Amino acid sequence: MTASTAPAAPLLEVRSVTKRFPGVTALSNVSLTLGTGEVLALIGENGAGKSTLMKILAGVQEPDEGELLIDGRAERVDSVQTAQRLGIALIHQELNLSDNLDVGANIFLGREPLKRGLIDRQKIREDSTELLKRVGLNVSPDTLVNRLPIGQQQLVEIARALSINARVLIMDEPTSSLSTHETERLFEVVKDLRHKGVSVIYISHRLGEVKELADRVTVFRDGRNAGDLSREEVSHDRMVQLMVGRDISEFYKRKPHNARDVVLQVEGLRTPAHPDHALSFSVRSGEIVGVAGLVGAGRTEMLNVLFGVDPAGAGTIRVGGKLCRMSSPRDAIAAGMALVPEDRKQQGLVLEMAVRTNIGLAGLKRHQKSGGFLNDAQEGRDSAAMIEKLRIKTPNERQVVQYLSGGNQQKVVLGKWLSMQPQVLLLDEPTRGIDIGAKQEIYSLMEDLAEQGVAILFVSSEMEEILGMSDRTLVMHEGRITGELQRDNLSEEAVMQLATGNVAAATAG
Amino acid sequence: MKKNLGILGLFFVVFIVTAIANPSFINAYNLENLIRRSSLYGIIGIGVSFVIITGGIDLSIGSVIGLVGCALPWLMITHEFPVAAAVPLVLLLALVIGLGHGLLITQLKLQPFVVTLCGLLFYRGFGRWLTSDATMGFGRDYEGLRKLAIGKIPLGELPFVGSFNLPVPFLILLVLAVIAAVFLNRTIYGRYLLALGRNEQAARFSGINTTVMVVLAYVICAVVAGFGGLLFALDSNSIQPASFGNFYELYAIAAAVLGGCSLRGGEGSIFGVMIGAAIMQLLYNSINLLGIPTTLEFAIIGAVILAGVITDELVKRIAAKRRAVLQARQAAGG
Repeated sequence: MTASTAPAAPLLEVRSVTKRFPGVTALSNVSLTLGTGEVLALIGENGAGKSTLMKILAGVQEPDEGELLIDGRAERVDSVQTAQRLGIALIHQELNLSDNLDVGANIFLGREPLKRGLIDRQKIREDSTELLKRVGLNVSPDTLVNRLPIGQQQLVEIARALSINARVLIMDEPTSSLSTHETERLFEVVKDLRHKGVSVIYISHRLGEVKELADRVTVFRDGRNAGDLSREEVSHDRMVQLMVGRDISEFYKRKPHNARDVVLQVEGLRTPAHPDHALSFSVRSGEIVGVAGLVGAGRTEMLNVLFGVDPAGAGTIRVGGKLCRMSSPRDAIAAGMALVPEDRKQQGLVLEMAVRTNIGLAGLKRHQKSGGFLNDAQEGRDSAAMIEKLRIKTPNERQVVQYLSGGNQQKVVLGKWLSMQPQVLLLDEPTRGIDIGAKQEIYSLMEDLAEQGVAILFVSSEMEEILGMSDRTLVMHEGRITGELQRDNLSEEAVMQLATGNVAAATAG
Repeated sequence: MKKNLGILGLFFVVFIVTAIANPSFINAYNLENLIRRSSLYGIIGIGVSFVIITGGIDLSIGSVIGLVGCALPWLMITHEFPVAAAVPLVLLLALVIGLGHGLLITQLKLQPFVVTLCGLLFYRGFGRWLTSDATMGFGRDYEGLRKLAIGKIPLGELPFVGSFNLPVPFLILLVLAVIAAVFLNRTIYGRYLLALGRNEQAARFSGINTTVMVVLAYVICAVVAGFGGLLFALDSNSIQPASFGNFYELYAIAAAVLGGCSLRGGEGSIFGVMIGAAIMQLLYNSINLLGIPTTLEFAIIGAVILAGVITDELVKRIAAKRRAVLQARQAAGG
């Protein structure tokens, strides 16, 4: 479906916008057009300038040069209120909700309908219910937001944007925390909006989604326009080529793996979140096992129990044949395990500390000098080695980790664990929110580690990643493993069937 | 070290201004008192900084001082315990108090503010009950033990000052400060504390035993407070159970904050804490000697602490801005 026949003026036009910050030019002479009822995908590597342009459109920043035109009229978008008045709404990648309030309150935060001077809770409830239906979120508006999983919180954000009757909805990585099912629902919402004449600027690293949704694709590279593709021209390779500026063939390099002995053996494991189901599986040295499933399937919970973050209800964990009791991450580390957690900022890194300090954080006890003293020399060696091996982009090892890009932050987390030389590496959404170049590097790293004999168990919500990287795939649904797929019967449909609990259909097909 | 330049500078300015305005400021007697008081407050400041670094707080320090201050003479005088038994006993009491705080906070997940606030009330009440509110003291006895607090080491003639004797508490402070600084900056345990103060979850995920470290921090704080209480009691020799040590936690916390410990946790400088304690005592002294009405005492000290913290914040912002520019420049070049 293409946009309607050329209107008199595009709904939104960005003309030759330049934006400078101290020391760097974030945008240089970029242009973009958006028609009514059109979905425009904006893609590019991290640092390409997408976020900066979106902030300008949303009124958070103003351009140094260039113009913004709405319906052909030059407009000065000098504040968020102005942007909203013009019908532009931005949905952040990092959620902007007050999690101590309920869903209804969040949707109407700052714009509460009043009845006789007091907040009209009834109206909020009614209107919220309507909006929640539109985004397919089946919760009561009185639910506290902090009780909802991240995937559902994001849908609340979208409902909030819809409540201001936006004409242009800017979505920044909207599906990064959504399950496949929720993503599909989101696509339906986007298509519905398009049908009703609302336009969407869709920023995403997930090129598969872009291919499905976008009417047109604009590519940014290094703060400049790098190309435009119409729906017919869109292909995975073409998009990557424009984003990176060079040919990337074979995105997932697959080398045959020689899986050796079983390193991790799990039997009858029960997690506190799903105590009714027992999990049993094994991972071999040199094997990459993917864990697929919908949000809420219990995958992170399983990894957390394996790593000793949460207590196991029952069951056994054997590493290298030895029975291990994981009552804390210390035990797991001593057993030779490592976990790269889902939330790198809250769980993986101490943001205010240096790259070097973060890399050395897990090994402090192991490398200590007698008397409990820090082993600076070892820390320096590990830090230098990891920065080089993982190609961590940082001015130096003393750089505070907070200022690194998402991909480099993730590499620091990996560096911390790799310097411990684990036998078993657990990864929870290892490439979430990371640009293509860094993703590729992490996949290569996983391959290298598998070759060296590390057993890798990774949880991912990205179908491409699961299909591309796994030797075997475990699929979970509501706390239990519904099936295991080998490479030869691995397909998107098979995974989806198992992920939705349809065990029979998957085994039949 | 850079962080402390601000209050160090302030210290010298106030020092010099007072010395010029009132020369009796720099006579030996006054300086010795100043050093002695600064050292005592510096000691308890160092103790509380461990807790603040973990992101917690201890409001009971003053009451621990009060309790130890009464319990020591109660044991030694009223019940004729030998020194060798009484001193370890009161320190053990302080340790148990710290343990109690730490366990309530880590096992029951209670908030440090609440737990130590209850402690503040409870230990004060307990001390009063123990002694029936009677004023305690050591009389003329125990001169040897009292030397810990009031003893001095002659240093001979110093320029400007005259014949100067260094108070023993200063030496105690130095030893404690060195141990604390080494622990915090050169051992893995100090690194654990700093990491968990910034991000407890990430520290735990990295294999750090955050429970043990937090309990340790509260034990250190309480034992140091107890030791401080011992010294304050030996110094004053007149301990009123209802008021001894009242508000001292505020001085300790203020010293820590002035010295660069963020109440959010994860940072702190032992040297800074010492300067922080010294500056407050210096201000008290200066206000006195400069003829400023003592009614303004609290107002001035409160204002100075606020000014110190504001300056700190502004300096941090300018540094962050400069860093961002530098970074962006490097990112663009690289």
